[in-house]
Amino acid sequence: MTGSDVAAAAAGAQPRASGRDRRVAAITHPWLLRVASIALVFGLWELGGAIPVSIAFPRFSATIGAFAEMLADGTFAAAYSQTIRPLAVGVALTGFGGILAGIVMGLSPRARWFGLPIFIILQAAPSAAIVPLITFLYGIGFAAKVFAVVLLSTPVIVLNSYRGISDTPRLLLEMSDAFLASRWQRIWKVVLPAASGLIFAGLRLGVAQGFTGAILAELLITPTGVGDLITYHRSLAEYDHMFAAILSIIVFASVTITLLQHVEHRIFRGDRRVA
Amino acid sequence: MTDHAGKSVRADAAAASVDGGPEPVIRVVDVAKEYPGGVQALGGVSFDVPAGELTSIIGPSGCGKTTTLKMIAGLVEPTAGQILVQDRVVRGPGPERAFVFQDFALMPWATVLRNVAFGLELRGVPRKRREAIAREHIARINLTGFEQAYPHQLSGGMRQRVGLARALAVDADILLMDEPFASVDEQIRRKFQEDLLMLLSEEHKTVVFVTHSIEEAVYVSDQIVILTRGPGRVSKVVRPEIERDGSPDEIRRNPGYLDAVEHIWSDLRSYLET
Repeated sequence: MTGSDVAAAAAGAQPRASGRDRRVAAITHPWLLRVASIALVFGLWELGGAIPVSIAFPRFSATIGAFAEMLADGTFAAAYSQTIRPLAVGVALTGFGGILAGIVMGLSPRARWFGLPIFIILQAAPSAAIVPLITFLYGIGFAAKVFAVVLLSTPVIVLNSYRGISDTPRLLLEMSDAFLASRWQRIWKVVLPAASGLIFAGLRLGVAQGFTGAILAELLITPTGVGDLITYHRSLAEYDHMFAAILSIIVFASVTITLLQHVEHRIFRGDRRVA
Repeated sequence: MTDHAGKSVRADAAAASVDGGPEPVIRVVDVAKEYPGGVQALGGVSFDVPAGELTSIIGPSGCGKTTTLKMIAGLVEPTAGQILVQDRVVRGPGPERAFVFQDFALMPWATVLRNVAFGLELRGVPRKRREAIAREHIARINLTGFEQAYPHQLSGGMRQRVGLARALAVDADILLMDEPFASVDEQIRRKFQEDLLMLLSEEHKTVVFVTHSIEEAVYVSDQIVILTRGPGRVSKVVRPEIERDGSPDEIRRNPGYLDAVEHIWSDLRSYLET
């Protein structure tokens, strides 16, 4: 949007722009660039599949065909209804607990000294290596999968919330003091809206991480849901179906993250809705 | 407009006067401020602010003007001495004082309407009432039509008017202004100075106004406190008794005005040279 405004402004400022300028403006139009970027990736994919790079690497067109088929016959619906449950429970837990932990750490130095090292270590830990160990603690059931989601999504949510809270502009804190805000008013009306950008960025990344956790659990602990789709089709060498399952993860995660962004703008940042 | 302002401000002050001098509503008594690390910002500052008048604090940068103002606001605690507002020792911000920030301090996520009404929102005034009050003040600062705009859609001058409206909306007796016109350009600045004088003539408020512009201080003030640097001390308190009968341009050419500017400048220069 901003790009098109700039392009429009440039066109308006120079009414007698040369044909070349106009062609440049048309070529650099944001939508055209976006479509071109996607087309380039899919084109390379198609090419890679046509060579083929590997027999396990299907063409883009074959993957899309498998995708449509799995969407139509309800395979995706069944798989996602399984995967989404530990994901939803895990993300709800970390979304609530993680943001709360981040806020407390942002507001209290003692909580920060105690908590920050734990989450920094967790973030740096090799999660794919840890996920199979969960079975020793939680077996191979639902709880293990929820734990995998929590394990992967917590650090980024906590650390982003903490960063957002501790970066609240001092000037706004001073303003709220000058206008007699109580402690709670200050947190609810100033600190949280100011931090909402980073908190929601953490939540979006956390959902993506949690998704990775859910799939990892399905691949490494017990084959169910989308993870099972990948494992199953790989074992049958139906690579187009396997890649269609991977593609569906990307689509699902992108849609979820975009929805979250809308929620954020509705609740906290009305000023960014227009931008 | 401005001459009215000047007259009524002084008339008001005269009404409140006892023994020829107006009653002080703020008393700064031997106030010192040392920041952690041993930086002495202020070393024993004392002055009175008469009720219903406009008092400017002026001085070179780093002399503690803003620190003094924030201590009156209760946002910064003095390390020694005390500040009395309406005969009570300042221990924090209070409803009788409102602050106008140099960098506006508007909430970027809130509309003009919510920003102006924010002080009332924090005091628990019901939404309908506080928005009605905010609309009145938005009209007074000529921003009607911008109620639903966000700060990033406004110019610097408009943002500062929003900051002023927010301070006026809580209807405090004392207005504390920290270089309110420093972030706007010269033409708008002069217009603001006149608007401020007019507003004050209607509101009868006590104003403490921090500025680094001698001309601005002389133009708007009934009393000027001159601070010096390292650590900040009161060098002098001046009352620039200027005839405010006439247009703003006439006032700026008035010998009394020019003398007062020259007087303050020579005083400040002697400190800068040593």
